[in-house]
Amino acid sequence: MSAAAHDFAIESLGETALLLRFGDGLDAGANARVHAASSALHAAGLPGIVDIVPAYATLALHYDPSAWSDAHDGSPARHIAAAVHAVLGAPPERTLHASASVDIPVCYGGDFGPDLDALASHAGLDAADVIARHAASTYQVAMLGFAPGFPYLFGLDPSLTMARRATPRTRVPAGSVAIGGVQTGIYPSELPGGWQLIGRTPLTLFDARRDPPSLLMPGDRVRFVPIAVGEFETHARTLRS
Amino acid sequence: MSIGVLKPGLLTTLQDRGRYGCAMLGVGRAGAMDDAAMRLANALVGNGADAAVLEITLIGPRLRFDEGATIALTGADFPALIDDADTAMWQPIVVEAGAVLDFGVARHGSRAYLAVASGFVAEPTLGSISTDVNARLGGLDGRALREGDTLVVGIDASPDPRATTRASGMRGTAQARPTRPNGLRQTWSLDPRPWFDADVATPIRVIRGAHFDALNAASRAALFNEEFRIGKDSNRVGFRLDGPTLALTTPLELVSEPLVAGTLQLPPGGQPIALMIEHPTIGGYPRIGQIATVDLPRLAQRRPGDPVRFAEIDLDTAQTRYLERERELLRLIGAIGERLTS
Repeated sequence: MSAAAHDFAIESLGETALLLRFGDGLDAGANARVHAASSALHAAGLPGIVDIVPAYATLALHYDPSAWSDAHDGSPARHIAAAVHAVLGAPPERTLHASASVDIPVCYGGDFGPDLDALASHAGLDAADVIARHAASTYQVAMLGFAPGFPYLFGLDPSLTMARRATPRTRVPAGSVAIGGVQTGIYPSELPGGWQLIGRTPLTLFDARRDPPSLLMPGDRVRFVPIAVGEFETHARTLRS
Repeated sequence: MSIGVLKPGLLTTLQDRGRYGCAMLGVGRAGAMDDAAMRLANALVGNGADAAVLEITLIGPRLRFDEGATIALTGADFPALIDDADTAMWQPIVVEAGAVLDFGVARHGSRAYLAVASGFVAEPTLGSISTDVNARLGGLDGRALREGDTLVVGIDASPDPRATTRASGMRGTAQARPTRPNGLRQTWSLDPRPWFDADVATPIRVIRGAHFDALNAASRAALFNEEFRIGKDSNRVGFRLDGPTLALTTPLELVSEPLVAGTLQLPPGGQPIALMIEHPTIGGYPRIGQIATVDLPRLAQRRPGDPVRFAEIDLDTAQTRYLERERELLRLIGAIGERLTS
């Protein structure tokens, strides 16, 4: 956590949430500050906090205004903003942000990645190069959203950037690894979606009955490990049993 | 004790106060669209604030009670019949074993809440029974009720909150159960007016959103001066607002940011969307306004086609109104509890 973590603005999201702004765009630095602030606020245990939601460059703090009301000055928004400044202005603790590193096996191309060839020709590469470049990066989980457990990953090789499909698919299979613009992500369940599908993982990204329910947490690091169709099926069978 | 679903209604779901603490995983809150009505329904049957209720939408269900129970109905005004006799809302009602509760079509408002003493029982998902239809979480397999479903009610269901004290020690045996006519009414009921307002002329108060100033002058004026109508494809996720087309002075390049219920988003087409209780956790449209939390139940009670006018309120005033409403609601819930045990 750098000194720049203190550099944020507080905006309102109505009477029950604050928005902490660390930047405006798709910026890995701002996103890292979001996760550091999220960890610090989790650790601080301020009263009446009901949800802490990291996004690309902003962090929402959902709170119960009743826990921050004061007989003399009835402005919970100002009280909690002051408390947030106090928490994030304190000297950072180095151990706060314990992000995990997760390897995700992916079977690229074929039926699992129907857009791999289109992406390769768009990038002027052959399919093997696309796979090698996609699997070479270490990614950061910028945020989870769109659907439970859907990770938006920073760190895509710029040569693999490709716009979303003009017409989204009505059904993208669970586990599909995909590229949307400058980002890559994984569909945790069968969903409609417009991202370019390049492969599939046999891992279950989200299961509400599992603890923790999400394989990935915001701020985690991710690597993709190419596997063959046979390994995918073995893996999937093992997970089912 | 269980309740059979003879007819599911249009959209009948199990809801409680919502799913907290997992928005960071992309799991939204869900819960009751009209939280005040839900909380009062629970209070009227002696339940705690976290008990699950049925949220009933526009066309109600037909339910059969296997055993006697105490129930309460709040929210939208529905014709509700117990074994073909009219029943009242906003008060505890005794229902006998074998009774059929049949809802018709809502007369005013769109969402009613049915609470049963001891609450509906279901396996909580991520800490809540609330049904999130889009994420297919909670409730009964993450979906609305269907014909043939069985709803389970907590095992310590008492036939009448007053009978718990009067028939102490005898409760639960067949002889001890008080024999009461179906639908017996209390001599009192709540005045729904402060808590239920389906008057479509009441302005919905809105705080300026982060991107209000990015609207052009005509759009800024239109938001607070002109009439919108709730679009047909409106649901628990959001209400589409048909009316004047709003525009920004220059397009904004925004990345996704966290969202809250009540946000007025402006997609490129220029028709705002009011996010409701099952909204996505993040999104990237400009946020032109934020509906005051105390007015969200009012909006939730409107129907597709109903008009909506917005009036401006500032954050401090909206927060003060919220705190006042919470105090009044807690005071009333406490008074109901005293009445039930006296």
